[in-house]
Amino acid sequence: MAKVIFITQANESVEVEGDSGSLMELAVQNGVYGIDGDCGGVCSCATCHIHLSPEDFDKVGAPAETESDMLELDDNATEYSRLCCQIPVSDEIDGMTFTVAG
Amino acid sequence: MTLKTTSVSDFPDAFADKRAETGVGYMDDQQDPVDMLLRLKDVRKAAHSAATFQSGAAPGRIVIPSEVAIRDTRQIPFEVDPPEHKSYRDLLNPWFKRPLDESYQQKLQAIIDDIIDSALKTDSLDVVSEFALPLQSKALTLLLNTSMDKAQTWIDWGTHVFRSDDSDLDGDKANILYDYIDAEIDKAMVSPGEDLYSVLLASEVDGKKMTKEEVKGVMILTFAGGRDTVINAITNSIAYFSENASDLQRLHDEPEIVNRAVEELIRYFAPLTQMGRVATQDTVVCEHAVKADSRISLCWASANRDEKTFEEPNKVDFDRKVNPHVSFGFSTHNCLGATHARQILRQLVVSLADKVGQLDTIDADENVERLGEFSRKVGFNRLQARFTAK
Ligand code: HEM
Ligand code: FES
Repeated sequence: MAKVIFITQANESVEVEGDSGSLMELAVQNGVYGIDGDCGGVCSCATCHIHLSPEDFDKVGAPAETESDMLELDDNATEYSRLCCQIPVSDEIDGMTFTVAG
Repeated sequence: MTLKTTSVSDFPDAFADKRAETGVGYMDDQQDPVDMLLRLKDVRKAAHSAATFQSGAAPGRIVIPSEVAIRDTRQIPFEVDPPEHKSYRDLLNPWFKRPLDESYQQKLQAIIDDIIDSALKTDSLDVVSEFALPLQSKALTLLLNTSMDKAQTWIDWGTHVFRSDDSDLDGDKANILYDYIDAEIDKAMVSPGEDLYSVLLASEVDGKKMTKEEVKGVMILTFAGGRDTVINAITNSIAYFSENASDLQRLHDEPEIVNRAVEELIRYFAPLTQMGRVATQDTVVCEHAVKADSRISLCWASANRDEKTFEEPNKVDFDRKVNPHVSFGFSTHNCLGATHARQILRQLVVSLADKVGQLDTIDADENVERLGEFSRKVGFNRLQARFTAK
């Protein structure tokens, strides 16, 4: 079971928990504002963009090429950006806090 | 118009050779030629460079074939560049997300059930005009929040509001649409309701009330952008399942793959082949010089088959988990109607999988676009098919 926190653009924090699926699915199920997941998680829409802390980014790992190609052309991307449909929910992310990108 | 040349579920990649050789295709269009970007990375990059490749040129110019000769109204937000573009999108986005509401989905389900049930009752039907068009039109009443009886008028217009059999650009048909929208806006001005016309008329953008011309620009786009695209997506999906029954059965057994399946079908079909831009300065793409004030196109259909990104790009694979297709465009102008279109397709394919045991195509007339050196099958003019219940 992983418990994580999303901070939305309006600075609201939403705590959610889950044990399967992707982080995008978890956010959408819990109505996290700003995570739309339009493409259903196939890395085609970039409506699931989050920022991680540098430490968490190192733990979760860098995006694969397809994902980084998407992020490269996203004006809100930083070096700690990920598309959260590409992050599986697992114990590994337990306790992390993610910021929804604008 | 051409007759059937491939199997109905086959949508060949028209651009493979040129994409590999130079990455840029060429077509003339009413003396305003177009350099077509064929590679995924180039398409994405140009789509993201709104300052160099603008949408806000003369109304109709970024459409291919060009609509400059038949239209003066600027389509909004489609033919507006940033930063103004963002103000319009911020206004429109919440309305176009309504397909995510449960009540919307229930109404859509009733429309879909009704259309599938009547297809199951007849011996055979033309999927384009008797299935996809009514489904698209009825679903549009939900998006506009107008009464369902409006759909009959839109169905009666026929499959192509802009296109007719003799010419790709049909000014008379376009006028039917423009006159209709003018009249509907006038009605909404006299007695406002809760439909999109009324909501827009009462809206402000950057502190200024939307003008009638602006409202018209949004409404024309909503009708035009969501018509052939949705009709192609629906018809082509039926064609696909008619020759790939096991994939339909799989959706029945594993409905949880529906999102992936729909994205893959949309990637493969690319219901909108390309969209243009106008260069604002002399520039270079893919080692190819582009002159200021000339046109390029973002060829979504070619980009979706780019072997550099997609393994076995010509195969429909419902297990494709990473699928960065550009069928709904990319970046600034990405499709505003995508939520609605995706919802229709997701509910449609699951419902087909539940109710339909067999789909047989009887006769097909392919819609092949002639694009300079390329010919691309984008859909069908007619697809006669039989639906058999489970
Ligand atoms: C499967 C169906 C559809 C496909 C494949 C599709 C494709 C596209 C593409 C590729 C673009 C980008 C154009 C560009 O970059 O210049 C676009 C934009 C747009 N589409 Fe769609 N579309 C579909 C359905 C719809 C529907 C149902 C509607 C509304 C009823 C719609 C409304 C729009 C609008 C308003 C834009 C302009 C967005 C902007 O400029 O910000 N589309 N569409
Ligand atoms: S949900 Fe579409 S890219 Fe992540």
